[in-house]
Amino acid sequence: MIIGVLREALSGETRVAATPETVDKLIGLGYQVVIDAGAGDASAFSDEAFIAAGAVIGEAAEADIVFGINSPSQGQLDRMRPGSTLICLMSPAVHPDRLADLAGRGVTALAMDAVPRISRAQSLDVLSSMANIAGYRAVIEAANAFGRFFTGQVTAAGKVPPAKILVAGVGVAGLAAIGTAGGMGAVVYATDPRPEVADQVSSLGGTYLPVASGEVEVSSTGYAKEMSDDYNERAASLYATWAPDVDIIITTALIPGRQAPILITADMVASMKRGSVIVDMAAANGGNVEGTVPGESIVTANGVTIIGYTDLPGRLAAQASQLFGTNLVNLMKLLTPGKDGRLVLDWEDAVQRGITVARDGQVTWPPPPVQVSAAPEQVANAVPVPQPVSASRPMSPTRRFASIAAGAAVLLLLVAAAPAALRVHLTVFALAIVIGYYVIGNVHHALHTPLMSVTNAISGIIVVGALLQIGHGNAAITVLSFAAILLASINVFGGFAVTRRMLSMFSRS
Amino acid sequence: MTIESLAQAAYLIAALLFVLALASLAKHETAKAGNAYGMAGMAVALVATVVLAVDRHVESLGLILIGVAMVAGGAVGLWRARVVQMTGMPELIAVLHSFVGLAAVMVGWSGYLLVEGGSNPAEAAALTASGTLGIHHAEVFIGVFIGAVTFTGSIVAYGKLSGRMASQPLMLPGKNILNVGALALFVALTIWFCASPHLWLLVAVTAVALALGWHLVASIGGGDMPVVVSMLNSYSGWAAAASGFLLDNDLLIVTGALVGSSGAYLSYIMCKAMNRSFISVIAGGFGVAAATGVDAEYGEHREMSAAQVAELLNAATSVIITPGYGMAVAQAQYGVAELTRKLREHGTNVRFGIHPVAGRLPGHMNVLLAEAKVPYDIVLEMDEINDDFADTDVVLVIGANDTVNPAAETDPSSPIAGMPVLRVWHANDVIVFKRSMASGYAGVQNPLFFNHNSAMLFGDAKDRVEDIVRAL
Repeated sequence: MIIGVLREALSGETRVAATPETVDKLIGLGYQVVIDAGAGDASAFSDEAFIAAGAVIGEAAEADIVFGINSPSQGQLDRMRPGSTLICLMSPAVHPDRLADLAGRGVTALAMDAVPRISRAQSLDVLSSMANIAGYRAVIEAANAFGRFFTGQVTAAGKVPPAKILVAGVGVAGLAAIGTAGGMGAVVYATDPRPEVADQVSSLGGTYLPVASGEVEVSSTGYAKEMSDDYNERAASLYATWAPDVDIIITTALIPGRQAPILITADMVASMKRGSVIVDMAAANGGNVEGTVPGESIVTANGVTIIGYTDLPGRLAAQASQLFGTNLVNLMKLLTPGKDGRLVLDWEDAVQRGITVARDGQVTWPPPPVQVSAAPEQVANAVPVPQPVSASRPMSPTRRFASIAAGAAVLLLLVAAAPAALRVHLTVFALAIVIGYYVIGNVHHALHTPLMSVTNAISGIIVVGALLQIGHGNAAITVLSFAAILLASINVFGGFAVTRRMLSMFSRS
Repeated sequence: MTIESLAQAAYLIAALLFVLALASLAKHETAKAGNAYGMAGMAVALVATVVLAVDRHVESLGLILIGVAMVAGGAVGLWRARVVQMTGMPELIAVLHSFVGLAAVMVGWSGYLLVEGGSNPAEAAALTASGTLGIHHAEVFIGVFIGAVTFTGSIVAYGKLSGRMASQPLMLPGKNILNVGALALFVALTIWFCASPHLWLLVAVTAVALALGWHLVASIGGGDMPVVVSMLNSYSGWAAAASGFLLDNDLLIVTGALVGSSGAYLSYIMCKAMNRSFISVIAGGFGVAAATGVDAEYGEHREMSAAQVAELLNAATSVIITPGYGMAVAQAQYGVAELTRKLREHGTNVRFGIHPVAGRLPGHMNVLLAEAKVPYDIVLEMDEINDDFADTDVVLVIGANDTVNPAAETDPSSPIAGMPVLRVWHANDVIVFKRSMASGYAGVQNPLFFNHNSAMLFGDAKDRVEDIVRAL
């Protein structure tokens, strides 16, 4: 089948859905690749580079499988053939009309922004890979607008304090921002409704600020959800406390398919120091900050810069294209089980079902819910954990004492009733067992096999019995004893010899 | 001082030497000396016994037969010990157990023929006089029973270990009732035999015990063989001890008790390492009912080529290898040793993590690695290494499955829940060598394979390890 890579129609889009490197991998999966002329220009991939990788310059929209970053333009859509497959970002929750349109055209639509958040789908999750880039870029944009150092310095000209950064929302983008800002020397604080991210924050050198609330978010989809009013009030007071203190705020609170929640009110912006910077990464969905202008960088009356760029990943066009393209290659690996250039949709597979938003003329959004790997920890806590059935539970001292006493009493009666000759043997037997237990308990684990072969050898001691029975006139006994001596001798000699051989192999370095 | 009292004294010395032999196995450094103590003990015991036999006027034919049997047996034993493959150790051990069991049966039968059969009326009269004739009946019976169970049990274990018998558990209907029934029958026959020692009762108990031993082990699957082999080790000891009671011989009792408790202790360690009770192992059938575990969605596994693994290993500073039975099956230990040597020359910290039930015999992996010249001080026990995985770059899981299954810790409904496992998933990268995606012995799917930091390297472990060595 032929894969077509669109030249992005959306103005300002710099990315492209394939790079020469990913084209090579797609061809390795058995596909042919057609690419719109100049598709990679904005991300510094020339047509020549694509051709060198094996692609053909042509009309991408007419291919069997069409790759894009954003939804295609009307003109591109009209050129698409019924029965073809479109793979790009679609915001299915926000644009149901788009899905209906695609279904009406007989196009199978796979939305890259509908990948379920489960471990094995991580390799195709473009939202994560793009958020990672965006988080990095947000810090760079902030640094650019912020007229001071990030790292604290002590110079001959005086002391420079480090910048203080607050990251709101510790998702992929938030973590990337924390890591980047920390790496540049800033003091980073971060907050998130999910207390379990505290470890992740501290692992990147940030300080986690918990919101004082009894409410804990348990996400079953892997994405954030809206919080209750009580929580929001407490969070607001946290932001209000910190806003005047920090130099830079980066907000990342996005709830899929919804208006982004307002975290930083106009009052909080007004309380910030002159020269402070806010990067609102949710600007595309309305913004987390009152006063954000999507796509623009503005300066408020009190000198606070609010950056509302919506194309943060596109500002690292080549890298973003590479990661997006690799996500698509990973998706195609999943969809091409035969590596024969034939796309096969497996409707039973949760990932493939989840991203398919239109198929056979039907809109197939939303998919049935998938339980994701982020949730099991909570689930495990909720389910009463059945105690593994084992005898390892220590007995209470009373019961222990009682059972020892009972055992002793039984033994006492047995031995007392036994004839004198047997009593002596039983004494020897009991003491030998105890000695055996303690001696064997000390044997090194690594020497358990030699232990078994040496016990094999010494249990050949049974030969002693046969030696004393043989040769006293009874032919049957002599035959039996002869066989017993033969077998036991194999044990004795074989056991010791093989133990010796094994032990000689063990050597120190 | 008579020959008799000298022999008794020699037996005490021999018994002490055996204890010393086992005690010396506590450390690698003293283990070889321990084996020598064992041999010395055995020599003392044999010499004393032959002298005692002569003193008791053994016929010259008997003396010749003793010589012939010991030379022939010794030759066979030495020959087997020299040629056995280290991967074949479990089979050899099982066969040796069966010999002890069979010898115990024969000694028991001889004891019957001597006393109850009337071949030695003097001893029978002495026993009657001291009122211990009934005890003698019981001793014969018990000795024959334990010996016969050990014999057929070990034969079946040998068959399963060597692949001559199917390794999956035999599932006869009401198998537990069969086992318990055989035990009850044994008790009933013993009481009957004590009352009237007929020959046919002895024949009957031998038959029952042979059948019980066969059934007991046949209903246990191949992966539980470490427990079974140590259990049979224990039985062979008890069989020897029972013969000691029969023959009034303290050396046999002491040695039998030492071996018996050794086997029992090993079985206990194995059971603990699988978080299972001894009864449940004996009841058998593990891995058959286990398939009821939730058929959860685990997702996709990731594959890696040998060259990529080699690259990963080149970059790693600490590597842990966790081998399992699969390494023994593929005979990959030499390749693994070569890989270890190369990585260590490169300055990489390579260690081995051995799960107690890895392989088909307690300590089996250690012997295989020792054979391939892996220094024993980098071969560590599960408890010694389990906390180090978090600081490890790469873990190579070679032919192990259930012993590295995180479900044992995370999934309370898993059939192996609570079993202590090697926490390999804490490492940065886990490479799993596997022939296919089939589940392990316990029939449990392993979520480890689907972790984002795991990658599969498919194919024969030996070939793949050699590929990596070449690519390094």
